[in-house]
Amino acid sequence: MNATSDRPKVGLFVTCLVDLFRPVVGFAAVKLIEDAGCQVDVPMAQTCCGQPAYNSGDRADTRAIAENTIRAFEGFDYVVAPSGSCAGMLKKHYPALFKGDPAWEARAKAFSAKVHELVSFLVDVRGMDRVTAANAGAVTYHDSCSGLRELGIKGQPRALLSSMAGTEIREMRDPDVCCGFGGTFCVKYPDISNATVEQKTGCIEASGAKTLLAGDLGCLMNMAGKLKRQGSRVEARHVAEVLAGMTDTAPIGGKG
Amino acid sequence: MQITSPAFKQNARHALDDAQLQKALGNVRGGFIDKRQKAVDALPEFDALRDSARDIKNHTLENLDLYLEAYEKQVTAAGGHVHWAETAADARRIVLDICRMTNARTVTKGKSMITEEIELNDFLEAAGIQPIETDLGEYIIQLRGEHPSHIIAPAVHVNKEQVEADFRRVHNHLAPDRDLTEPETLLDEARRILRAKYFEADVGITGANFLVAETGSSIIVTNEGNGDLTQLLPRVHVVLASIEKIVPTLNDASQILRVLARSATGQDMSVYTTLSTGPKRNGDPDGPEQYHVILLDNGRSSMLGTEFQEMLRCIRCGACMNHCPVYHAIGGHAYGWVYPGPMGAVLTPALIGIDKGGHLPNASTFCGRCEAVCPMKIPLPKMMRHWREKEFERGLNPATQRYGLGIWAWFARRPWAYNLATSLGIPVLGMLGGRNRRFSWLPLAGGWTRHRDLPAPDSRTFRQQWRERDAIKQGALS
Repeated sequence: MNATSDRPKVGLFVTCLVDLFRPVVGFAAVKLIEDAGCQVDVPMAQTCCGQPAYNSGDRADTRAIAENTIRAFEGFDYVVAPSGSCAGMLKKHYPALFKGDPAWEARAKAFSAKVHELVSFLVDVRGMDRVTAANAGAVTYHDSCSGLRELGIKGQPRALLSSMAGTEIREMRDPDVCCGFGGTFCVKYPDISNATVEQKTGCIEASGAKTLLAGDLGCLMNMAGKLKRQGSRVEARHVAEVLAGMTDTAPIGGKG
Repeated sequence: MQITSPAFKQNARHALDDAQLQKALGNVRGGFIDKRQKAVDALPEFDALRDSARDIKNHTLENLDLYLEAYEKQVTAAGGHVHWAETAADARRIVLDICRMTNARTVTKGKSMITEEIELNDFLEAAGIQPIETDLGEYIIQLRGEHPSHIIAPAVHVNKEQVEADFRRVHNHLAPDRDLTEPETLLDEARRILRAKYFEADVGITGANFLVAETGSSIIVTNEGNGDLTQLLPRVHVVLASIEKIVPTLNDASQILRVLARSATGQDMSVYTTLSTGPKRNGDPDGPEQYHVILLDNGRSSMLGTEFQEMLRCIRCGACMNHCPVYHAIGGHAYGWVYPGPMGAVLTPALIGIDKGGHLPNASTFCGRCEAVCPMKIPLPKMMRHWREKEFERGLNPATQRYGLGIWAWFARRPWAYNLATSLGIPVLGMLGGRNRRFSWLPLAGGWTRHRDLPAPDSRTFRQQWRERDAIKQGALS
């Protein structure tokens, strides 16, 4: 038996989209975190980070959801989420939400300090510089907005992808420009969202990559949904699936 | 101008269907962004300058009354007049009074968004005074009877063939066979026409990029030099500026100038940076006989001390809209009032009301690129979210949205209910996804499936699968 007690305890914040739409990302995250020398558990009292309420101006519901989340993860050394957007919410916005609240401010800050997005956790916190998976072929990586601008995630996924044999990163033009998802934005303003995702799929196709990768399932579902509607053969996957070598599942939105 | 912000969605639809506009917007996506990046890369202290610029404005806003009074004193000491305008109507009346006092027939204008805000041109025309825009972009849209679609590139939505047609229509005293196919020939013609107007004008009106409390100076930046001619040649110079343009010292102004042009056009400095302090003095070779400053509030002071105060740091460089995916898609007119893009999404609701401007702070993906490039480090997405909170508190967002959000939040607040509902619902949805693993149509998901497929979920949620895995592990251990 190895001494599991010495290994940091990581609580996986699954994110509601991964939980509901793409469980393989959750299992890939668990594998990668374990490979990084941690033990992982998934508290069942979690639901969603609360962004749909928060970005709709509904602070009361957001707070109630945030309190649940903070309670659910208080026993862990780290909280890791396979999403820059949800991790950004937990890390950057929870403290703002409880600012000036004597009962919750300190708890929220202590919680936020433990939160990390998956790939940046592996690279920046655990010092991972390579993965054992290989042969992802020609991939292109989209920088999701919150991960990039709130958490500074840009080099980390590319570093791990570069460590994979048989894998080539083909950068698209404007990888850092929004795909037009924006949470509820894409259904509140579908026409504008469509114009934006069309620009994005154009860049993806032009890159010549066979696989589109990103760190956020929301953006991926948006881009994959558009690629499929356009009849594209580019396949979309969460970067964790590829890094963990768990690519047996059909790509997001199916094949072909 | 008529406010069409409540019809934002329809405006956006029209903009997306307008092929010529879409072509023009391609220029915004390309040019501005690359030029800014080059300028920023060439200045290692750019980010430190942004901090400094932010701090200067924060300090000024905390002491706004003090600096405005100091500014007034210096303007008066230099022989100028300061007029305080609480509302747009006050500002218009003051301009008209000055024009009447000097028997003005024509007024030349430098580029000023404030005069758009107070709808000065229509008002002057109705009073029998002819306003003439002298900034080339403004001149073009004046001929077209339009409003600016961008705060620093007002005619960015127009292409040169349209300009040619407008010039032929309006400048009909010129030879019909003249060549107007190149930007240079258009520019030459506009310059010749405008040159005469500068000399005819009785009053010149400019905006201000800065008002300097230390010296009582107003500062404008232009690339065409039209501002200089507008304010030097007529007998009367009127500066129309909103109260947050004030900075304490010339040194402060020059600090902010270092980030302004770089953020706007990627230039180190604009071609002309023009300071004016009072009217012509004894011994001056030229300059106006009278110098007036109209300080406009129009709702700004009510932003002080609120979560929107930081918006008053804005120096109108346009970087936020140049980098905004929503602005790139629909251009400026769709926003339905004077100020488009992210800065407009925050400022417009403050000036016209969230009941009319509600769409603007909602029509953002919160991608954060605007905040990342803002030279004044204004947290634009955060303030758009504050507007959404105001809207939500007042129950202004659509009932379907509130209802949907309410149901979702009820489950998200209760993990047991969320677990139950998703472990029942997802397998059904997963099964319906069929072999293609996606939906091209789904009830209640029209907003999504109108333009894209919806990837189908697996047959079970992650948590269902995780619990089973856990149970197997436990079984193996026991």
